[in-house]
Amino acid sequence: METTDIGLWGVPLAMLGGAIRVSTPFIFVSLGEAITERSGRINLGLEGTLVFGAMSAYAVAVMTGSPWLGLLAAAVAGLCFGLFHGWICKFPKVNDIAIGIALMLFGSGLAFFFGKPFIQPSALDLPAIPFGSWSGIPQVQAALNVNVLFLIGAALAVFLWWAFRNTRIGLIVRVVGDSADAARAMGLNPNTVRLLATGVGGALAGIGGAYLSLYYPGSWTERISSGQGLMAVALVIFARWNPLGCFAAALLFGGAGALGPALQSVGVTQGYYLFYAAPYILTLVIMIATSSPSRTLAGAPGELSITK
Amino acid sequence: MSGTPHGKAIGVETIGMTMRFGAFTALDNVSVKVPAGSFHALLGENGAGKSTLVKCMMGFYHPTSGDMLVDGRQVAIASPRDASALGLGMVYQHFTLVSSLTGAENLVISREKVPGVIDWRKERVALAQFMERMPFKLPLDVKVAELAAGEKQKLEIIKQLYLGRHFLVLDEPTSVLTPGEAQEVLGLVRGMTRAGDLTVLMISHKFHEVTAFADDITVLRKGRLTGTGKVSDLSHREMAAMMIGDQPIAALDSRAEPKPDAEIVLKVKALKAPDRTGLKSIDIADLGVRSGEIVGIAGISGNGQKEFLEVLAGQRPRNGGEVTVRGAAYAATRAEARALNVRLIPEEPLKNACAPRMTVAENIAFRTFDVDGNGKPVSWISAGAIKSFSAHLVEQFKVKTASLSSPIASLSGGNVQRAVLARELTGEVDLLIVSNPCFGLDFSAVAEIRARIMKARNAGAAVLLMSEDLDELLELSDRILVMSDGALVYETPIAQASVQTIGEHMAGHH
Repeated sequence: METTDIGLWGVPLAMLGGAIRVSTPFIFVSLGEAITERSGRINLGLEGTLVFGAMSAYAVAVMTGSPWLGLLAAAVAGLCFGLFHGWICKFPKVNDIAIGIALMLFGSGLAFFFGKPFIQPSALDLPAIPFGSWSGIPQVQAALNVNVLFLIGAALAVFLWWAFRNTRIGLIVRVVGDSADAARAMGLNPNTVRLLATGVGGALAGIGGAYLSLYYPGSWTERISSGQGLMAVALVIFARWNPLGCFAAALLFGGAGALGPALQSVGVTQGYYLFYAAPYILTLVIMIATSSPSRTLAGAPGELSITK
Repeated sequence: MSGTPHGKAIGVETIGMTMRFGAFTALDNVSVKVPAGSFHALLGENGAGKSTLVKCMMGFYHPTSGDMLVDGRQVAIASPRDASALGLGMVYQHFTLVSSLTGAENLVISREKVPGVIDWRKERVALAQFMERMPFKLPLDVKVAELAAGEKQKLEIIKQLYLGRHFLVLDEPTSVLTPGEAQEVLGLVRGMTRAGDLTVLMISHKFHEVTAFADDITVLRKGRLTGTGKVSDLSHREMAAMMIGDQPIAALDSRAEPKPDAEIVLKVKALKAPDRTGLKSIDIADLGVRSGEIVGIAGISGNGQKEFLEVLAGQRPRNGGEVTVRGAAYAATRAEARALNVRLIPEEPLKNACAPRMTVAENIAFRTFDVDGNGKPVSWISAGAIKSFSAHLVEQFKVKTASLSSPIASLSGGNVQRAVLARELTGEVDLLIVSNPCFGLDFSAVAEIRARIMKARNAGAAVLLMSEDLDELLELSDRILVMSDGALVYETPIAQASVQTIGEHMAGHH
């Protein structure tokens, strides 16, 4: 690809492209976590689910030659992890955060174990749609080469936002997340609802993992995740458990993550690596700015163990 | 529901209801008749079997023996679902609404059949039509968390009616309401029973409510029926006798003569602090409490009393102003509280004054565990000393606990409050700050706790009493102040206090 010099315009453009590329796993993991947390549980194990999802997607894609089957495998693997978490947490006195941490390590470890043979071979990538083909500028084309999963994630965010208000299942999840007693009084079983919500959350996190190994960066390595699964949990909190907020926060986070590489690409040679820390600094700043010692978090599900 | 002489109201009757838990008989051969369209009160102390009876009626428990009649026909109620199918519903003491959902969402999701996708336009029209037939007006598009306690209670009742229930059990429906709200809610419910739309069985401790609204009463004591009759034939004294038998009730000390020139122990000047929302602030311009007097602060909950107490308790930072105790600046540190003999009985004692999972003995020793007999700090804490100190107080304050090493959270509400009183009222007390001390407690516990507060006053303590129960304030206070919108807006000595005027100031009509 020949490069056209577009000067400093390259920075916002690269950040836009980066935001879209980097944010997709965040979108899926944080939407999954939003569903789980709205039901009153925290699943910190999504980091492990993400890594295992990445491995299983890649492995199945290599073996069958179909990235879509890989995606399906990642979702199923994530579902299993989520259901496992939900099943353990139904027992009395089990702490969901501790189980989450255990599953995070377990998921990563299991992925490394099964993933060894798949570090070398290459798999077909998930398709992307070239929205930038109208432009002659390669940077624009690169930035607007949007993966289908990003579009699905955007649609999913809108759908969840709508579903939490307008569907029976959405309302049930919110009821269970806010008050287990009220749910029981309505004849709902909070454990079942949370089991399913954690399962769905796990499946979405698995899809986020599949994106990592099948599109960007697009191969399976043991360092494939740089904590996206954990950061997504923080995203959910500062998105105030709102799916649209999760989407926006993921984009912002992706954009901040693309700042370092973008500066490097326009020839900033000193200190650009500091900007690699931008997403993490951004998280800290937003967390501090939006919290208050004298107020509780608005919109926090009442049954959540960190806000109780 | 045909065959009822009234509108849609349902008559319910229990015959020989008995419930045993192992060897313990919680309910012994209780027969209660609640005719359609009547307002029936169920009285009894904590543990008298009231909740067991209604839980048997609502299908939460399966009675050991006994029958239920609904509209004269025998029915089998195996589960709460059966009860609701028959039109029986229950409003719990603690709200069962989901606070992050709006009123409309709460109503729709609690329905038996909810469509997969909810058509809100259609539902809203249906809800508006339903609300037109209701005596209450409520905003249904607001999150329940933002409703006042009275509105929540109304919404609970509306929910039951929305679900098509025409026999309601109200479990202490006014325990979280202000007097005004309680009057309004019960009055409206009373109106519905008169119109024949509803039958009500109300569990209550409050005699004046029973007298004002109920037709008949049934009294339980230790699982047995000890009295029944028309409210119009019974005096409060007779009802109390049925409830507590010949058990003695703690009598209030007669009020020692107030000394108008006694030392002003607590002084608050120009105190400002942020309130719970962080948007408004409370502003106490000037308040003084003298030794040997009880100053009551009345107010509808949410007008800043809680924040004021939290500032005095050191739980909330202040933005400005000064608080002095005996002339010394007071910032509620442990050292200051100890030096100035300030004691605190906050509301919800289990949450605000106890470490729930620590033992009764440890909780009682919180003020004293780290000092020896002479008030000197100790370097080694003696478990033995804590035990013997607490054992003495447990006996003196009649705290009922299985053992001194039980977690305090396992005690009943009245006993937690007794344990806190034991801790706070032992030793020298110069200033006592109290908030809603009798919230949710039964008859004898309430009498005892009020007697202790009066005793502390007579012994020379300055007492600041915040309460949402106006009766309590009228009974105990020497002066009453009204707090509204974060400020003290009205003051009256007890001799000239009128419920009418206080109520108007509470509602902010001045």
